[in-house]
Amino acid sequence: MSRDIDDVSMVQILAPDGTPTGDTEVGLDDERLRDLLRLMIRARRLDRECMALQRQGELTVYPPFEGQEAAQVGSAFALGPDDFVFPSFRELAAAVVRGVDVVEYLEYHRGTWHGGPYDPIENRFAPICVPVATQIVHAVGWALGAKLDGKNACALAYFGDGSASEGDFHEAANMAAVFGAAAILFCQNNGWAISVPLAEQAVAPIASRASGYGFQGVRVDGNDVLAVYAVTKTAVERAHAGEGPTLIEAMTYRIGPHSTADDASRYRDDDEVAAWRARDPIDRFRRYLSDAHVADDAFVHECETDAARWVSEIRAKLISLEAPAASEIFDQVFTAPPRTLERQRDTWPADG
Amino acid sequence: MVAALNAALRDALEGDPRTLVFGEDVGELGGVFRVTDGLQQKFGRERVFNTPIAEAGIAGICVGLAMAGWRPIAEMQFDGFSYPALDQVISHIAKYRLRTRGRVSMPIVIRIPSFGGIKGKEHHGESPETYYAHTAGLKVVVPADAIDAYRLLRLSIDDPDPVVFLEPKSRYWSKSQNGPEALTTDGPQIGVAVVHLPDGGDCTIVTYGAMRARCLDAARSLAEDGIGARVVDLRSLVPLDVETIRRCVVETGRAVVVHEAPLTLGFGAEIAARIMEEAFDHLEAPVARVTAPDTPYPPASLEQAYLPSVERIVAAVRRTVEY
Repeated sequence: MSRDIDDVSMVQILAPDGTPTGDTEVGLDDERLRDLLRLMIRARRLDRECMALQRQGELTVYPPFEGQEAAQVGSAFALGPDDFVFPSFRELAAAVVRGVDVVEYLEYHRGTWHGGPYDPIENRFAPICVPVATQIVHAVGWALGAKLDGKNACALAYFGDGSASEGDFHEAANMAAVFGAAAILFCQNNGWAISVPLAEQAVAPIASRASGYGFQGVRVDGNDVLAVYAVTKTAVERAHAGEGPTLIEAMTYRIGPHSTADDASRYRDDDEVAAWRARDPIDRFRRYLSDAHVADDAFVHECETDAARWVSEIRAKLISLEAPAASEIFDQVFTAPPRTLERQRDTWPADG
Repeated sequence: MVAALNAALRDALEGDPRTLVFGEDVGELGGVFRVTDGLQQKFGRERVFNTPIAEAGIAGICVGLAMAGWRPIAEMQFDGFSYPALDQVISHIAKYRLRTRGRVSMPIVIRIPSFGGIKGKEHHGESPETYYAHTAGLKVVVPADAIDAYRLLRLSIDDPDPVVFLEPKSRYWSKSQNGPEALTTDGPQIGVAVVHLPDGGDCTIVTYGAMRARCLDAARSLAEDGIGARVVDLRSLVPLDVETIRRCVVETGRAVVVHEAPLTLGFGAEIAARIMEEAFDHLEAPVARVTAPDTPYPPASLEQAYLPSVERIVAAVRRTVEY
């Protein structure tokens, strides 16, 4: 089963071949447009390196995001410095945009720490979140807190099409509406919830659910970085203006497996993957920038060289990461560990 | 006890402008048990607010609010309705501090009217303490009387880490002999068990919550027959005051554990195991457990047969002393 990838109700600015189909004036100057391309190239290079590192035994299970660069980079790029991201577990590209230390982030996949190895408050980027859809509720709570503080800031929660089947999605959406919270519910609809295709998760477009909760929903071409940026920017502006939540459904595709532990060939055809490769988000934007004389081949080459250098530095730091002291798992559960726990720590593992 | 809890929330809201009280029906109505009575009127709809009926959502927004620097005090309306929130509590609230290497604490209190004894309908008499006590990263607090309810709730709200606060519904309408001046955070802190009738030298009864009153009745009845029983009120299951339990069992040589929850893997199992580890050489008899049977909570007409009675506690202490 495959989706209608040319859904007419979807916001799009660039056709897959880079030709403008909508208003390309999204409020970004040439330098910022080049930044978008540079970030997407960096993100892809990093993602591929992570896949390699996992195959080499340097990372534990890794969930690749190749194909979703525009959805993540375009949306994260639209956020202000005070806005807060609540990711799931596939948003490394968004983390790169937000300036999260990649080596710290990858401690999670290295297996040297759990989902919050970086400073979430400093980075305005919540811990990596695996329990499906739970992070959407956190985002609504944070947005409610910001509203109570009178802050001009919003929370953006990333989740997948599969997550939208969870009760937490519904509770978060309804609460966001009831509280008038400045929350953006950003669904990366990549077509597959591990092996289950969208048609077996949902019948109606996910974006259409927003009207049932009483706020705006928009479907966007998730492989069109300009369109993703534009719709997210609008949602951010609405949130900052106190106009409440927005649900964005970015139609994209997971080119790789769900994770390195998955074999996607068991449930989907190569033809489908090939069709989506032809809609590659980086190629699309590169062609547009080239046609618009904003970025030439030399710039792209420079980005690729820069990305390779950057990733090799990350790799070197990453593979030298060691396991933390075992005492840390005892010391950080509570602000002040209870005596019973201190005793377990002090005798570990002697009396098991 | 309801008035004491209400006073604790009022004083916390007054004392710390970052505290928030929310849950189902906590606004105008003041909660189905009136624990939040008058708070919305006094502190406004931003600090005290109703939520949609969405327990996972209630627990989940606690995480985001805590990240935004607030101190959420959430109410689950009933023990039996708290289960949808377990994913957020277990997967996030309990683990967040560790997952973030100590950078993000969760100063959250989740209040849950709990346990039986009020002739409630099904799903209104649950004893959920073990689910929480078994989850690393949570503190689990159970007051037994009004004065302690005030103290423990204030201390829970001040605690930098998440506390599941289980309020024994059957004690909600218990009266205190003391006036409002007795409401204070001074006295035993969280993690300290309190020994009642400390002269009881023949047997230690370990309990918490509403069962404390029955254990004290049992101890007084036993005293008339010359059997000295002391009652250890745990007050918090996590942290657990192992030292006080150890000391009492060393002094009495015998122990009986009493709780409303079913027998198997109830908190009595943990107490019995700790006593084995800490005071085996001092035991004169096996540790006995007086609990509910391994059945779901019964209909109202059977609940007094289901819950540990004074008679069953007395009999268990006698058997243990005569062993």
